[in-house]
Amino acid sequence: MSIIFLLIPLGLVLVGFAVWAFFWAVGDGQFDDLESPGWSVVAEDSPSAGPQEREESP
Amino acid sequence: MTQARTCFHCAEPIPAGATFTADVAGTPQAVCCLGCVAAAELISEAGLADFYRFRTAAAPKPSEAAEDVWSTYDRPDISAPLLGQEDGHAVVNLLIEDTRCAACSWLIGERLKRLAGIVRADMNPATGRAQIVFRRNRIGLSSILRTIASLGYRPHVLGAADTLEIATRERRRALKRLAVAGFGMMQVMMIATGLYVGAHQGMDPIIREYLRITCLVITAPVLVYSGRPFFEGALAAIRSRHLGMDVPVSIGLLLAFVASAWNTLNQRGEIYFDSVTMFIFLLLLSRYIEMGARHRAGSTAEALLRLVPSMAMRILDGQRERVAVSTLQAGDRILVPAGECFAADGRVVEGTTEADEALLTGESMPVAKVPGATVVAGSMNLGSPVVVELSAVGQSTVLAGIVRLLERAQAQRPRIARLADRAASWFVTRVLLGTMAVAVVWWWIDPSRAFEATLAVLVVTCPCALSLATPTVVTAATALLARQGLLVTRADALETLAQTDHVVFDKTGTLTLGTPRLVRVDSLNGNPQDILPVAAALERASEHPLARAFDAVPSDVSVSEVVIHAGQGVEGMVAGERVRIGTEDFVTALAGKRPTTLSEASVYLGTATGWRAALHFGDTLRPEARAVVASLRGRGLTPHIASGDHAEAVRNVALELSIDDAKARMLPAEKLALVQDLTARGHRVLAVGDGINDAPTLGAASVSVALGSGSALAQASADLVALRSNLSTLPLAVDTARRATRIIHQNLVWATVYNVVALPVAALGWVPPWLAAVGMSVSSLVVVLNALRLTRTTAPDAVAGATKVAFVP
Repeated sequence: MSIIFLLIPLGLVLVGFAVWAFFWAVGDGQFDDLESPGWSVVAEDSPSAGPQEREESP
Repeated sequence: MTQARTCFHCAEPIPAGATFTADVAGTPQAVCCLGCVAAAELISEAGLADFYRFRTAAAPKPSEAAEDVWSTYDRPDISAPLLGQEDGHAVVNLLIEDTRCAACSWLIGERLKRLAGIVRADMNPATGRAQIVFRRNRIGLSSILRTIASLGYRPHVLGAADTLEIATRERRRALKRLAVAGFGMMQVMMIATGLYVGAHQGMDPIIREYLRITCLVITAPVLVYSGRPFFEGALAAIRSRHLGMDVPVSIGLLLAFVASAWNTLNQRGEIYFDSVTMFIFLLLLSRYIEMGARHRAGSTAEALLRLVPSMAMRILDGQRERVAVSTLQAGDRILVPAGECFAADGRVVEGTTEADEALLTGESMPVAKVPGATVVAGSMNLGSPVVVELSAVGQSTVLAGIVRLLERAQAQRPRIARLADRAASWFVTRVLLGTMAVAVVWWWIDPSRAFEATLAVLVVTCPCALSLATPTVVTAATALLARQGLLVTRADALETLAQTDHVVFDKTGTLTLGTPRLVRVDSLNGNPQDILPVAAALERASEHPLARAFDAVPSDVSVSEVVIHAGQGVEGMVAGERVRIGTEDFVTALAGKRPTTLSEASVYLGTATGWRAALHFGDTLRPEARAVVASLRGRGLTPHIASGDHAEAVRNVALELSIDDAKARMLPAEKLALVQDLTARGHRVLAVGDGINDAPTLGAASVSVALGSGSALAQASADLVALRSNLSTLPLAVDTARRATRIIHQNLVWATVYNVVALPVAALGWVPPWLAAVGMSVSSLVVVLNALRLTRTTAPDAVAGATKVAFVP
């Protein structure tokens, strides 16, 4: 049973990492809009050039 | 399925005879007007035709040949305060009206990104906000706004920073708190399960202490970080000297935590860390969902407030100058172009026009404005440009007065909330006194058992189940209704809605769509079928909103010498005869006095030889209105109509819906009186409306519903907001509210019974604290699961006639 002396702190470290990752995602605005990014997948198929390519053209 | 001819772009019916086609991705598509031709081809040319495949709602109809009002935004003195800075680029926040689904914001975003000089364009379809980063030397603010307007949307400049950011920060903070509590709860629960099992099967004391310390280590940050809003709320409540619900929550949390920490460090007694984290998480969750609904409703309200223009054209010594509305003073003269809103109250001094005052008076028909007539801020100039001499600006306008009326009505509301708070603080006081009494008595009987018994009482009576009883149900019901497009903006709205027995509808825009329709033609001599083509041919030339009612009338009559008299009517030569269509005075001038045999109407047709016909107009009833009214009546609600519109229009609607009590020509104050009278007689009143004139009514009613297309103020004061601008969710809302109330009552009874049974048992010292904790958790669980029953049962199907999305394959 003494393995839990290692596993529980390890679990806590993982939880800490999960919290940090979630905080980062929230701060990055990933939860601000839960609707339109879903559409970007289907929209990508349009024959248009993306904004990035356009940026570089003179 | 009937193949109704609807516009490819805006999905409105295509008028008979119209032959507009737009070339969309090589395929000709029928559209209803030139504006839609331009918008559809613009979208297609930009390679954005996908919009038509992915949209879930019809696109807004672009206004034809709108005057370019955007160029002013390129003037540095006007644009400077509106723009922010980001990495050397300019940033502007826009609020874009008429965005209807995710495809709309995709379209706007993609279209903008194609403009040279745009760095970034972020659209949020939920709020209708856009943040655009652009290079000022490459593109002007006006081009951005013009592009959005050309797609058919209406952009409003919000400035560099606005309340959106505050709301976003608040939401992000709440989300982080929720996450910490959630992660903590999972960990503590997991370990607590081990501890409970260990308590029965025997456990190595070292491992036991180790697990308990782990729980303490996890719970401490959850309490400090996630529990902060409760402690802050409790402190504020104590400072204002009355005990709110945050006080017992905080005391419960603190005592349970301190006792658990004390027991952990002393290696004896029970710990309640699992209860602490679960309590925090569940409370935060319900608060988070409520906050989301509040933000969304608030932003819609703010959005529509911005319809009052921020700039006006002032005329000073014959010079025209664009100035900010805030600098206007009474006595100034301003020029108001057609299609713009009046910026302040005043009197027309030059020109004649018609104004749409539906928002303020509920009058569905445009009101003629001739020199000397008064105009009010917020109404829209429909006809031709006029010069207005201002009589009242800013806070002294009629609009501002109505806002104050509304604020007063709202200020009267929180009495119920205060009552609930008083009951809560009464409960809390009794619990605390009871706990103290138990502690004292036990100290006297057996000091060694005093702490355990006191703790057991505290844990057992922890208002967990009691305080979860209402919010979890409200949250579940709110979420259920939100999925149906109905936002609950006040927590007590559901409970009141469940008890309503009367429903007061506004007419224009609520029971009806707010668009005119030709109802009846009373012909003096001859067949109405001969009159109609003449009227239609004349009205074809007119831009008047009433003229649209003739769009569906086929006409091959040729008209010449057409003259439009703004605010009066149209004149023309038909078959060699001079014909006038318009107001009574207008036709009288040509045809002489109106014969008494001709019924009273809003529009007449006459020639030099005499009067021909009276044309009656009505508003189009919402397709779902009849079913909704019947369904509400079936639920025991008595319908009323309170409208600012004229008597005939109201009577027609009342007859169609068989509503007995229909009052017409009501001022906002009279509507308010009607609602207050019903309330005073002990009825619970549900008010449904959309106009600013309804706002005080909505505020005074026991509970109110605003339709999404309505004005800002109505939404701000409404308890529920129907986002789809559709009545069909009303019966569902009533049903949900009733079920929610029933479940709340069950929960409260359960929590009370549990507390009443558990308290004396615990006070007698028969309940060890761990059993008290289990009991409390189970009682909370029962309450939460009972609340979730609401979402599990299938929603009763919405009334037929709900907006069907026009989807063109």
